Amino acid sequence: MGFWRNQLSGPTDPAADAAWDRPEPRKGFFTDTSICIGCKACEVACKEWNGVPEDGLDLLNQSYDNTGALGASTWRHVAFVEQTTDRIEQARESGRKLVSLGMPSVRSRDDTALAGGGGTATATLTAPGDLVPGAAGGPGPIDAALPAVRWLMASDVCKHCTHAACLDVCPTGALFRTEFGTVVVQDDVCNGCGYCVAACPFGVIERRSGHEGHEKGAQSHGISIKGSGGSGGSGGSGGSEGTGAAGHQGGGSHQNAPSHAETNGEVKNVGIAQKCTLCYDRLGAGQTPACAQACPTTSIKFGDLDEMRATARARVAQLHELGYPEARLYGVDENDGVGGTGSTFLLLDEPEVYGLPPDPRVTTADLPDMFRKAGYAGLTMLGMAAAAFVGRRR
Amino acid sequence: MTTNPFDADRPPERRRRRHDDGSPDTGKRRRDESLMVPDVRFDSYYGRHIVKPAPWEKEVAAYLFLGGIAAGSALLGAGGRARGLPALQRAGRIGAVAGAALGGAALAKDLGKPSRALNMMRTVKLTSPMSVGSWILTAFGSFTGAALAIELGRPMLERRSRASGSGAVALLSTAMKLADGPATVGSAFFAPPLAAYTAVLLADTATPTWHESYRELPFVFVSSANLAASGLALVTVPARENGPARKLAAVSAIAELVAFERMQDQLGPTLSEPLRTGKAGRLLKASRALTIGGALGAVALGGNRVTAALSGAALMAASVCTRFGVFEAGMVSAIDPKYTVEPQRERLEKRRAAGVVDDSITTAR
Ligand code: SF4
Ligand code: SF4
Ligand code: SF4
Repeated sequence: MGFWRNQLSGPTDPAADAAWDRPEPRKGFFTDTSICIGCKACEVACKEWNGVPEDGLDLLNQSYDNTGALGASTWRHVAFVEQTTDRIEQARESGRKLVSLGMPSVRSRDDTALAGGGGTATATLTAPGDLVPGAAGGPGPIDAALPAVRWLMASDVCKHCTHAACLDVCPTGALFRTEFGTVVVQDDVCNGCGYCVAACPFGVIERRSGHEGHEKGAQSHGISIKGSGGSGGSGGSGGSEGTGAAGHQGGGSHQNAPSHAETNGEVKNVGIAQKCTLCYDRLGAGQTPACAQACPTTSIKFGDLDEMRATARARVAQLHELGYPEARLYGVDENDGVGGTGSTFLLLDEPEVYGLPPDPRVTTADLPDMFRKAGYAGLTMLGMAAAAFVGRRR
Repeated sequence: MTTNPFDADRPPERRRRRHDDGSPDTGKRRRDESLMVPDVRFDSYYGRHIVKPAPWEKEVAAYLFLGGIAAGSALLGAGGRARGLPALQRAGRIGAVAGAALGGAALAKDLGKPSRALNMMRTVKLTSPMSVGSWILTAFGSFTGAALAIELGRPMLERRSRASGSGAVALLSTAMKLADGPATVGSAFFAPPLAAYTAVLLADTATPTWHESYRELPFVFVSSANLAASGLALVTVPARENGPARKLAAVSAIAELVAFERMQDQLGPTLSEPLRTGKAGRLLKASRALTIGGALGAVALGGNRVTAALSGAALMAASVCTRFGVFEAGMVSAIDPKYTVEPQRERLEKRRAAGVVDDSITTAR
């Protein structure tokens, strides 16, 4: 029973559930955004290693982020957010609240577990303060003056969820769970149904559009896009970025541009769902993923997931002690809505500020209930039809 | 809620706004400062969507309608056979086969790699409503196809066997006669799953409005399927045999209106907004009017061939509007980050206020 209970939600070992005989230790990332310098080496390394095609050269008007979002041809995405003092104060406030909630201590807090990168990190964290000569203090200990401006930089990636909606809903079996507990698409099996795209709670996986064998035209998402949203689309659906992406098809501006063979040589896997493989090929050869290897600041750390989680916990504890209450972890707790993520993050503000969902829940967790409701509905349909035939003819 | 075109150009920190509609203070919350549910604020990364909309085009919305009309028609056809209504039986079977065939084609066309459509049959996966649905559609198509082939083929064979006196042809004709029953039962058996699974298909996604409507959407969809099928029957079947279709239209119209109302209520003000506003709102309003008009017409004027056909057309149009409206609303809810962030924030803060702090993806340690 224990096995079945955690197949759709809750903590579990995904590789073992996928019936790997001798699974490797689960691999994952810890992306420490507090020491990210926004160099985008990870983006580039990922594209180079995996042969991911170009997907639009544009100025997006989003600070230094001209990549946009994760997608079929963007498997690492570095987010840039510029914040002023009041936003920094808000981030601290929300961080303090989080601490005061007495968040779960799955592991006892263990300061001696301070691991790689932790020691030198603080200097880098204060770096944004240097941008503004006036704010000499930088975002220092808790009572020091806050800087006038700070940059948040965060390298986002597929979360390799414990309960991966993309994998569970894939009808062809193209997505599979590797022995490392990661989630990978088989390019030669996927038929481009697009179900995984809609199912991912983090908006990671996407069907590649562009020019190859058959032409699907510009990326578009059904009937709503052409008229730029249709409804009283609030919060700037599409609009916000339309300014920057003006060079490309305005309608699909919320999306990465399609890949072009003319500018990039070969474009493969058009019409196929694509995302980070956690460098399955490199892992198989005992190598570090390209992005982690290229990261010059060790912001992207790679290793056994247990170790990553421990590192993350040690790092956030250290930052709290140094007076950065805004620091918080994302994806480390395996009781969350996706059973914990393989890619964990340390963030300096609420997740939605970085474009991450604040409370994702794997959609398949409700699947038994959905099928039950559909069953009742089916019986109702049968009942309605039967009722139409009872009684007198006509 | 973009108020002016320059909003898009603002640096991110100014994009913050307080969310002041939607969550009325119920007065039930404790006043303790630390336990209060704060106002839900809505942040986003440059207004970009968090979840991705399904990369599905109109074909998928059309399939929702076609699959529905096929399922409902199969039931009417089976009922027609049971009650000895040959025209209804024939129309139902044709509707079922045509709907399933066109729907299947629409689905294949929407694939990123249509040449790999058969990869759907590579595996049976219960966690994938699309896999389950592919098998349902296949089974349904086989049974309805067989039923229709028997209905159309048998008279031909019988004529030939009479003319030639061939025993083999007569035997085949008898076999077909025997198979007719099972084929009808099979098509009726797979009809309700075909109509209902499409709701699960939409609901089993991260698309906020689709997912959160999973409790009521199957009821909306099966009612809409019945409506469409009764509409088709009202158009194609002579008045002397359209009694069941008229009754079905009436029952299904009520069921759909009730289920839809309930669905909107359950979604709450934020998540039901895409169903009420914009293009989806217009489609769904039109659907309601057509449903009521069509059903009243079917009940009151269904005895007349012309008015029956008009009512039937209205009912089919209503079903089209329902499907495209729900489809469109989902797309809107995925593209606007508000519909992802606000409900998630709200439920997170609610859980935290209730003292549940061990299931958040964001942790302090
Ligand atoms: S983040 Fe999305 S694409 Fe990545 S494993 Fe999770 S559900 Fe799949
Ligand atoms: S698009 Fe490909 S990987 Fe995604 S669900 Fe469909 S078949 Fe599976
Ligand atoms: S692990 Fe490999 S595929 Fe994934 S983002 Fe890093 S470089 Fe790209």
